[in-house]
Amino acid sequence: MVERYVLSIDQGTTSTRCILFDHRGRLVSVAQREHQQHFPRPGWVEHDALEIWRNLERIVPQALSSAEIAADEVAAIGIANQRETTVLWDPSTGVPLGRAIVWQDTRTAPLVERLRKDPGDEFFLDRCCLPPSTYFSAPRIRWLFDEVPGLEQRARDGELLFGTMETWLIWNLTGGVDGGLHITDATNASRTMLMNIHSLTWDQDLLDFFGVPRAMLPEIHASAENYGAARTILPGVRITAALGDQQAALFGQTCFSPGDAKCTYGTGSFLLLNTGSKMIRSRHGLLSTVAYKIDDQPAVYALEGSIAVTGSLVQWFRDRLGLISSAPEIETLALTVEDNGGCYIVPAFSGLFAPHWRSDARGVIVGLTSYITKGHLARAVLEATGWQTREVVDAMNADSSIGLKELKVDGGMTADNLLMQFIADVLDVPVVRPMVAETVSLGAAYAAGLASGYWPDLKVLRNNWHRAGQWLPDMDPGRREAEYENWQRAVERSIGWIRQPGAP
Amino acid sequence: MAGPLQSIERAAAILRLLAGGPRRLGLGEVAASLGLAKGTAHGILRTLQHVDFVEQDPATGKYQLGAALLHLGTSYLDVNELRSRSINWADALAARSGEAVRLGTPLEGQVLVVHHVFRPDDSLQTLDVGALLPLHASSLGKILLAYGAAPLEPLLKEELEAYTRHTLAVPEDLSRALAEVREQGWAAEVQEMSMGEAGVAAPIRSSGGLVVGAIGLSGPVERICDTRGRPQASLVTLLREAARAISRDLGAARW
Repeated sequence: MVERYVLSIDQGTTSTRCILFDHRGRLVSVAQREHQQHFPRPGWVEHDALEIWRNLERIVPQALSSAEIAADEVAAIGIANQRETTVLWDPSTGVPLGRAIVWQDTRTAPLVERLRKDPGDEFFLDRCCLPPSTYFSAPRIRWLFDEVPGLEQRARDGELLFGTMETWLIWNLTGGVDGGLHITDATNASRTMLMNIHSLTWDQDLLDFFGVPRAMLPEIHASAENYGAARTILPGVRITAALGDQQAALFGQTCFSPGDAKCTYGTGSFLLLNTGSKMIRSRHGLLSTVAYKIDDQPAVYALEGSIAVTGSLVQWFRDRLGLISSAPEIETLALTVEDNGGCYIVPAFSGLFAPHWRSDARGVIVGLTSYITKGHLARAVLEATGWQTREVVDAMNADSSIGLKELKVDGGMTADNLLMQFIADVLDVPVVRPMVAETVSLGAAYAAGLASGYWPDLKVLRNNWHRAGQWLPDMDPGRREAEYENWQRAVERSIGWIRQPGAP
Repeated sequence: MAGPLQSIERAAAILRLLAGGPRRLGLGEVAASLGLAKGTAHGILRTLQHVDFVEQDPATGKYQLGAALLHLGTSYLDVNELRSRSINWADALAARSGEAVRLGTPLEGQVLVVHHVFRPDDSLQTLDVGALLPLHASSLGKILLAYGAAPLEPLLKEELEAYTRHTLAVPEDLSRALAEVREQGWAAEVQEMSMGEAGVAAPIRSSGGLVVGAIGLSGPVERICDTRGRPQASLVTLLREAARAISRDLGAARW
């Protein structure tokens, strides 16, 4: 029998990666290519969608040839992608209209402010379960229509297509101008602010509100189903999965049961909790989102809490303060002292996010005395990530009543032993790291393999998951309580620092 | 034998020059002071900068001695950095070999475990990062001794602690075993620390080939070794591939 593989494409914010996995979920080969980040104005972030497509054309053959794998040995293709990034293109030429507007781009901030006042958060929460934010795609489409003359009319006339990155790549892979499929999946569509979170279809009220013509929108499909065969790069190979990157990581961590949760620790961190087929509307500042949908089975939902500043606080400590020369050294420095010495850092660099949502907050360092050394500061930096995780987990427990039993972790910061132990200590649950660090790519591969029959069911995927490391809680409950209280007092002190213009 | 290498003499002169003055020097000043062409001086300065012996001020472009020179005698690669740079390779090695993986660095006459990946069978295992192992009775330790990452002399003075009847407790036996390690490029430990357990290890090198740590597989002797009690060739191959991959990432050119 021919050994076959699943090919996973991770179209991320800084690079596009192509990874081949074998039947046991082990990484066989990797190829990747970065793309340029364009910052035309303060707060604007753009990508060239054509550059990303050309990168994909290069890295797929590279990944195959470096493992000496032929195209007919690829069982299926799965795609994970940066979420919410918006691209518009002309289907008759395949040429994008300007550069893609990236999820980090904040140009829609004034529009978002207006939407939050009128019609207000409730209008949106009722339909797509997202409060207006600069992250999401629909305000970007509106912004483009308002700024680029003639664009809205062209969209109405069917001369324009909208997509997030997976839509753009699938359209190109399946023929492009020559009949390419214009589709998205429910996880990506759930981040546009245009999809009804209950029916998983485009919501007419939202389309009318944003003035987005249905003709420009892709068809919403399951995250794992047979979309169709590629007609270029790997002609004949079926594309059978697409998921937003954080949802893919949840899938790759095999968080298939209600109550399963993962946190990806990077520059920022994303904690997702599987809430099963029940959509929970958060009352504690979290987002509700589609976790995945397999074929015609009911959709599975998740609560999501994002933490804006985690790894980037370590980078700040390295690059701006210069107290360490590489990020991992934060642990070395932190280990020069026994504890934080009474010092806490709240990294509210651009306000507090989930679960507080206070844009008037700014970062603080509290508890400074002449006793504090840079070692204590390094502790406080790592502990900030731990406590921010605790706040999101508390909010999730309050919303879902399932109660977190274990946290699966991935991302670069999982190499920091002290931090992982601290997270286990403050959450009072085991923290486990999987053997395959590439959970985003693995999740896309798993979904694709499942839909194509390469793997029979979720149970087999669960059996592929192995612990590479585990940290057990080992902190005195009294101390945990006292420290958490200190952290919360520190958070209070960060709030209200920025005065609104005209406020008393 | 060849005479003195001119480029090394020139590098030494540059370091002496930078150490002599109180202020930073520009490329032109360095070149003029030593009578070197600017291109030559620049090449040497860039190499010295690459090994952290020289630092360049980002604002003025001028050079001064690097912090690494002050710490020549101590380990220059942060152990947490080593873990961070090895983590993906160590995971892949555990997944492919089916065995537990550890990384070790020298610490005051012992081996410090700086990273540990569980055996991928989901059995109950405890993370033993921070644990200390004996240099002479672990495969990680033998690598550190064989390649000069940990000093051998203190171990040669007297009989070493015997953990089992297989432990190399006689200094001569240990020295002979270390020569063999250098010969074959990897180390084995078969029931030398505890009966029923075995391990293999390979060196992790940094730029210039300097050994900064060891990576090893360990587990029950019947899984690590073949029926003749020799480590399985397939495991050794996977191990050495992982060690070479990490070394390449750390800037070792030839491995």
